[in-house]
Amino acid sequence: MRVRGFMVLDIIIAGLINGSTYALLAIGFSLIFGVARIVNIAHTAFYMIASFCIFVVTHKLGYHPTVGMLVAIPLITLLGLICYKLFIDPIREHEAAVLIGTIALAIAFQEIMLIIFTGDYLSVPALIKGFFTIFGVKVFYQQLLTLVAALIILGALRLLLMNTKLGLAIRSTAEDREIANLMGMNESRVAMITMGVSVGLAAFTGAVVVPLTIINPFMWMHPLIMMMAVVVLGGMGSIKGSFVGAYILGFAEAMVVFLIPMGSFLKGSVALSIMIIVLLIRPEGLFGISFEEER
Amino acid sequence: MKRPMILMTVLVALLLVMTIGTPVLGADTIKIGVIGPMQFVQGKGHWNGATMAAEQINARGGVKVGDKKMKIELVKADSNEFLSPTDATNAMELLLTRDKVDFVVGGFRSEAVLAMQEIAMDYKKIFIGCGASHSQLCLRLAEDYERYKYWFKGTPYNEKILGKISFIHLGTVGAIIKKTLNIPQLKVAIVAEKAMWVDPMIEAAKGVIPKMGMEVAGVWQPSQAATDVTAELTAIQRADAPVIFTIFSASVGISFARQAGELKIPAAQVGINVEAQKDGFLEATQGMGNYVMTMNTYARGVEFNELTKPFMDEYIKRFGETPTYTADTYSAIIYNLVPVIEQAGTLDPDKLVPIMEKREFKAPTGIIKMESDAEGRPIHELHWGPGYTTSLGVQWQDGKLVGVWPNKWKAAPEAPEVTYKGIVPYKIPPAVIEKYKK
Repeated sequence: MRVRGFMVLDIIIAGLINGSTYALLAIGFSLIFGVARIVNIAHTAFYMIASFCIFVVTHKLGYHPTVGMLVAIPLITLLGLICYKLFIDPIREHEAAVLIGTIALAIAFQEIMLIIFTGDYLSVPALIKGFFTIFGVKVFYQQLLTLVAALIILGALRLLLMNTKLGLAIRSTAEDREIANLMGMNESRVAMITMGVSVGLAAFTGAVVVPLTIINPFMWMHPLIMMMAVVVLGGMGSIKGSFVGAYILGFAEAMVVFLIPMGSFLKGSVALSIMIIVLLIRPEGLFGISFEEER
Repeated sequence: MKRPMILMTVLVALLLVMTIGTPVLGADTIKIGVIGPMQFVQGKGHWNGATMAAEQINARGGVKVGDKKMKIELVKADSNEFLSPTDATNAMELLLTRDKVDFVVGGFRSEAVLAMQEIAMDYKKIFIGCGASHSQLCLRLAEDYERYKYWFKGTPYNEKILGKISFIHLGTVGAIIKKTLNIPQLKVAIVAEKAMWVDPMIEAAKGVIPKMGMEVAGVWQPSQAATDVTAELTAIQRADAPVIFTIFSASVGISFARQAGELKIPAAQVGINVEAQKDGFLEATQGMGNYVMTMNTYARGVEFNELTKPFMDEYIKRFGETPTYTADTYSAIIYNLVPVIEQAGTLDPDKLVPIMEKREFKAPTGIIKMESDAEGRPIHELHWGPGYTTSLGVQWQDGKLVGVWPNKWKAAPEAPEVTYKGIVPYKIPPAVIEKYKK
């Protein structure tokens, strides 16, 4: 019984940590989809570039990882805005073209990183080294930082959306682009700012997660699948849905690892199966608007 | 009128000679295709080893084929096999049709090499595998010798032999820990990535470990690209296992070693961890990979024979790193292909295969011999054992990768002891001593 008690605690802690990472990524993705109907497949590629940026600042230039974070977040946000202006904005009205265009963008980023850094596995040191033990479960300070950072960022995002004029504009645009435009909001500008916030979130995720992961040009793929699953599960465009969906899949993964040790490689598949089951019961996702209603 | 006609005829003839004659000039080179994931360490090893071999052979005038000397020309092919086995087969197809290579060396992922092998066999080209282990690659010869006889295993051993060596390493480390820390019943956690070559090894480990007087504490299988294995590590610690038997070839080897080090998991890691074979492992694990032990082909300072040191010194000088096992393209070319071509005096694969099949030769890793199956059918598998090649057990000690096995190792009670020059004693990780010292 004692072991089972520990296992529940293990699952709770691992689930919270997994879920926070997915939440950070999924909310950024969901935000730009909700506001501008942009399915940005390159979202996790920005997270990958942020990781490489931090690696360069720490390993090549010799600065503390905090400096790397401070450099990476604005730099990647700027890169995101440039990409938006050059590649996404001109084709924004064609959703399928945006989808394919952002896939191409992500692969281009991957190939560029592969040429520069090769496929070698790289890493950066933790912002806060070491771990603490809670009820017998070892937790890295970096994992705790990720969890806290995710909650702070999500809180800040909520404040931005609910308590500022920009937030009002974003919400209005997400609600109905045409009406928002008629009410005098510069819909294109709102979309661009939202893209900045979204990519900034991806860069921030890269910054807090990079010390816990392995950096390589393909590191964007697995999070992309999980992030898409979270967003679909939570309901396309729903920030609340992304938040809840992220923790559901995070806990599902943790449960697989602890309850089926020999099948821990199946954690992604199990999480995706949960998504499919939910969609079969509720096609619009947990907090999404039903497709019929949207039409 | 006659003179311009003659002039025209001469010009046309000259042009014909120049165009048709070019392949004749080109035939003075032996083209060797080097195929591998070139953006990754494994592919770089393939290319570096082959480059060194080609340069050394060309510097001494080339390869004597009958009456003429032929230079070696390498053709690089990026198989991209980590991401797409289809890319690998396309790369092999191009090597054989567009580049028209005479021989192929390289390959890494068994899944991709099995497919690449088919193409090389279609074109009846000798393909020396220098990366993939799966036994099926060689067992195909037993099923259809005429088709697959052009395949030879350069490195590594098949999964059964890899398993056997790993179990010897596990037994060695287990015995040291048992004796030093006085633990009567040692628990072993098996942690293996999910991959085709791993599954038979897990089954074998579950059977062998109890026979070695140890207990299997559990089996964990994270994905090859897992970046967070804290859940697995927590579970292993709960299982109270002082030894972790690892079977990793991918990036999970870094995540696992790093997080185990950071969480101070009191367990010695032994087995296969391909990432731990590389010079950059300690940096990739942020210094947490100390005391990890893995099977390896080379280690700085360890000599199998008189060929090891010159090869290692030249490789390190040239490329600034210790060779990984895929750099055995060097031996495949310089000690296998070239002497056989010179002996046969031809590039005809059908004349080279019988010689390669029977020949024993010395390489920097030991004596290379091709094996047959239990029924005596040639399968061109790499022979393992004392007197031939044995590979090494290496451990990260104080930031350096050192050779720790074979150290006074006996293959059988009556067999002679084997210790290579430069081998040092194994060190138990301090976290294990701290937890289990009575």
